[in-house]
Amino acid sequence: MSKQLVIGEVSDGGFRNVSFEAIAAAKQLDESAEVVGVVIGESVASIAEEMVKYGADRVITVESDKLKEYTPEAYSQVLMEVIEKESPEGIVMGHTYIGRDIAPKLASKLGSGLVSDVTAIEGSSQFIRPIYSGKAFEKVEIEEGLQFITIRPNNIPALEKDEGRNGNVEALDVEVKDLQMIIKDVVKNTTSGVDLSEASIIVSGGRGLKSMENFKILDELAEVLGAAVGASRGACDAEYCDYALQIGQTGKVVTPDLYIAVGLSGAIQHVAGMSNSKVIVAINKDPEAEIFQIADYGIVGDLFDIVPKLTEEFRKAVVS
Amino acid sequence: MNIFVIMKRTFDTEEKIQIENGEVVEDGAEFIINPYDEYAVEEAIQLKEEHGGEVTVVSVGDEETEKQIRTALAMGADKGVLIEDEEIDGADTFTVQELLKAYFKEQEVDIILGGNIAVDGGSGQIGPRLADQLGINYVTSVTDLKIEDGTAKIEKDAEGDQIMIEVPLPVLITAQQGLNEPRYPSLPGIMKAKKKPLETLDLDDLDLDEEDVEPKTKTVDRYLPPEKQAGRKLEGELDEQVAELVSLLKNEAKVI
Repeated sequence: MSKQLVIGEVSDGGFRNVSFEAIAAAKQLDESAEVVGVVIGESVASIAEEMVKYGADRVITVESDKLKEYTPEAYSQVLMEVIEKESPEGIVMGHTYIGRDIAPKLASKLGSGLVSDVTAIEGSSQFIRPIYSGKAFEKVEIEEGLQFITIRPNNIPALEKDEGRNGNVEALDVEVKDLQMIIKDVVKNTTSGVDLSEASIIVSGGRGLKSMENFKILDELAEVLGAAVGASRGACDAEYCDYALQIGQTGKVVTPDLYIAVGLSGAIQHVAGMSNSKVIVAINKDPEAEIFQIADYGIVGDLFDIVPKLTEEFRKAVVS
Repeated sequence: MNIFVIMKRTFDTEEKIQIENGEVVEDGAEFIINPYDEYAVEEAIQLKEEHGGEVTVVSVGDEETEKQIRTALAMGADKGVLIEDEEIDGADTFTVQELLKAYFKEQEVDIILGGNIAVDGGSGQIGPRLADQLGINYVTSVTDLKIEDGTAKIEKDAEGDQIMIEVPLPVLITAQQGLNEPRYPSLPGIMKAKKKPLETLDLDDLDLDEEDVEPKTKTVDRYLPPEKQAGRKLEGELDEQVAELVSLLKNEAKVI
């Protein structure tokens, strides 16, 4: 029986869903494994048991006021101590801004391989991951030693929550010291509460929106659907919205259940970032737009007519 | 200031990817400086313009990579270093970490800049791995950078949130879109670049054996995703189309 360490991630007082997906992934690496959850932060012990309900066998918590905001310095001190104490055969965490940032540092310290941004696991040791921003995929193995992966949110389904599961939650004391990096301020994104990489629905706009003011009609549509708002490079370059929203080969790569492309042409760079979405809807006035080539459903017409109607219709559908 | 850029040669983002026998076909493809690394080159040159010093561009790759290094030199970098990886089979992120470490441990560094990810492999591992090996701090996904009195004042993108960070030099940062607008090489710049020093290093030069850089991971296959079939364009009055779309998403696709 192997031991798999799953590093959970907390945001706004609760676990990000990818933490539960990581537990499912760890069980795929070894069905009979002991799955040990780890969660660290300023105040995390009260929610730690959630990891057990999603399949972890026990959970280690480390709390410190020095862990309030993520820094690679502080987090790596704590996580290295946990890893050395537990000596797991595998480590799984989300490919989020924290996972992306810290996993390579841990892999460097451990002298190990690391497979980033895994979207599926075949058998127990072959990892599928996108390359060229999703234009292609590769299948990778870690030949020996620690099986260390980060998984892309929204791809490997979490196990069903089992309220009846019990497991130990154990607090570990780790001294965090010699920090040089100072977090001066965190400015929360105000445009939408839903994170692009974890959103199950994305409403995305292109140059067809024509202005920053018009871009707001997408916010209304997104709000009704509980969706995140994204954009094409064209829309970002034209300053209709922030670069943080950009989806594509430069920008974010997303795989939501539903992607609604509004007034964007479907340039190859953009398509690379979203073509693996499960269902794609295109709204464009140009019937020849490339985006219709990959869309499951398309409406040809003026987005300024269609989007408000669609928002209303969704409002009815979501309520009913 | 001793300013370094770690840079990768990648496929042009406009290129379609073709795969034969599990390998990406490179024949006839256009290559560029990885777009995120281009922001790093630009930022490095701006730092030099403001604070003085020297910009060295370091790349791991084959001899073709000289072309992209020359482009960076034409933009305004001073020196190029090519670490050849042709003799290494299936180099992975660990391999590149070890090659770069071997080079950088001999250098006096104030700042190293790289791209947030490379648009081909997309792992984003090299920056944090290298910084860790050198025992220096790093900040990824940087959208603004100022250096004052030996401290880097950084704005970082974290999935849409902005985080303001201060960290003393030396530091490694990786560039996110929005950091700057990379310049085009000027004609005089291109002429000058031809005479700038470009050093090529192999394993021997770095005092490494093949075992030291042996990859930890192995790619066993590459393939294209199943081609997406064009779906259907709805027809009829706009109101009907909208109603039909919502109904299809709810009842057929079951995504809302």
